[in-house]
Amino acid sequence: MKIAVLLTMVPDLVEELEIDPSGTALDTQWLRYVLSESDDHALEQALLLKDRHSASVTALALDYGDAEQALFTALAKGADAAIKIAPVPPGGPNRRGAAALFAEVLRRQPADLILTGVQATNDLDGHLPGLLGGLLDLRYVGVTRSVEASADGGLVVQKEYPGGVAAEISLPTPAVIGVISAPQPPRYVPVARIREVTKTRMVGVEAAIAVDPQPAAVIRRLYKPEPAGHATMLTGPPEQMAQELAAILEGRGLLR
Amino acid sequence: MNTPSQDVWVYVEHPNGVVAPHTYELLGKGRDLAQALGGRLVAVLLGHDVASLAQTLGTADLVLSVDHQRLASFTPDAHARTVRALGESAMPRLLLCGATSAGIDLASLLSALVPVPMVVNVRAIEVEGGRVITTSQLCGGKLLCEMELTGCTVLTVLAGAFPAEAGFATRGAPVESMAAPAALDQAPVHVLRLIEPAGEDVDITRVSILIAVGRGIQRKENLQLAEELAGLLAGAVCASRPVIDQGWLPLSRQVGKSGMVVKPALYLALGISGAPEHLEGMRNAELIVAVNTDAGAPIFNVAHYGVVGDMFEVIPALMAQLRERKAA
Repeated sequence: MKIAVLLTMVPDLVEELEIDPSGTALDTQWLRYVLSESDDHALEQALLLKDRHSASVTALALDYGDAEQALFTALAKGADAAIKIAPVPPGGPNRRGAAALFAEVLRRQPADLILTGVQATNDLDGHLPGLLGGLLDLRYVGVTRSVEASADGGLVVQKEYPGGVAAEISLPTPAVIGVISAPQPPRYVPVARIREVTKTRMVGVEAAIAVDPQPAAVIRRLYKPEPAGHATMLTGPPEQMAQELAAILEGRGLLR
Repeated sequence: MNTPSQDVWVYVEHPNGVVAPHTYELLGKGRDLAQALGGRLVAVLLGHDVASLAQTLGTADLVLSVDHQRLASFTPDAHARTVRALGESAMPRLLLCGATSAGIDLASLLSALVPVPMVVNVRAIEVEGGRVITTSQLCGGKLLCEMELTGCTVLTVLAGAFPAEAGFATRGAPVESMAAPAALDQAPVHVLRLIEPAGEDVDITRVSILIAVGRGIQRKENLQLAEELAGLLAGAVCASRPVIDQGWLPLSRQVGKSGMVVKPALYLALGISGAPEHLEGMRNAELIVAVNTDAGAPIFNVAHYGVVGDMFEVIPALMAQLRERKAA
């Protein structure tokens, strides 16, 4: 089974986010990017399938932020190949643009299974895996927490429903799966191993060619919200805040 | 794609055979939007043997219903391709879906299949002189984005964005039964079974005091702190997604979009930033107290009381206070 894992870089939400002078986009000059969390799970899911079913795993990323570092990390974790798609704008294209670029590479290099995170924190004009399923006209299931290869060459996935319920779904390959979490936490790889991989392995390059321009809504304004409501903040040293909080809980009859 | 009408469609979700509260939120807002746009409000009801559900969809002008065995449980493939077939005669101006497990799958796939634009995580929708303006939440609620929509657009709308009461009706609407697409008979995507959450664990939807932990708990051993606090308050420990994904607590303790929706007397959130997916599951708690090191964490926008501080200092101090007060 050939597996493609699509990795997306997203703004690091620990950092302060600044809007650029146009008022419609993030200022990318000082922006720090990290791998989208659900993509990390998608990679873990791919590597689990590789371990169990002798699959080959290729990681792909659009070339912005620290994408190359994410690709080398994927190689260090066990991916068989890594490809960056370039050139792309400094902050990457919007999600529909990203889907079009990935789709074109995946038409040239088809995979039996395309795994990626079901959503990213900066999604605005769509979610990548569903868009890809539509663009490539492949079977698609998203919000999965487990993907297994079945005896007939297809897949059995667990899709999350509300209320903690999951549906076990079978589908044929080729398919696109949007991963929310892998059956186990993403594996850790030491920095030394990643450094070693950067010296011994190569990241391939594919041309960024979008042949499916996708219709998108127009951004009028990007801004930081004014909180509609805000908590009453307790201040002071921890002991003082704890005392106030205990009094509030007692006052509400919550001490039993 | 053909020219869109000015109709507003609402995709009806009905897990466990009951119309989801979120659908009524969309119907209520959809009513206003349809009026402003001069179109009809249409409820799109897909499933198998679900005709009776139309009895509470009377806020809509029309229910478009497709009945097929392959639509009984949600799969993105069957549902998106059926909605696309419904739109072949006239696409709506807006298709409103929940930002739910089903809604995000359906909306993404459909918007690429047709293709039409899509806007996700919408929390406000207005009509200004015939133009539709949406406001979406992104980056964990740290940013908002205003978008202008021209033609037919698919939206996923955050739970709680609009009141459900405005969309609930005790009457039905005219039902137009539509044929299922022929390809559905051969659809290769099947729901094999539904897996219910493990029943032997605490049911956090029935616990009145919840100590919720997020990424800030840092490591599994630190859960002991939350357990101790829960013990003092006769409550239970629950968590946001990152803690569950680490395998530190069972799925049955997850609060949020894919987990449980809780409404306890006290929700004490420790090290939880307040991503929209989590807020969806707890924002209606009677009393929300948040402890977080980040003063800008969105959890403080829904909490009643907030503490900016290190939980590993604040919680031991709180436990000492609680012990004193209980002893007294």
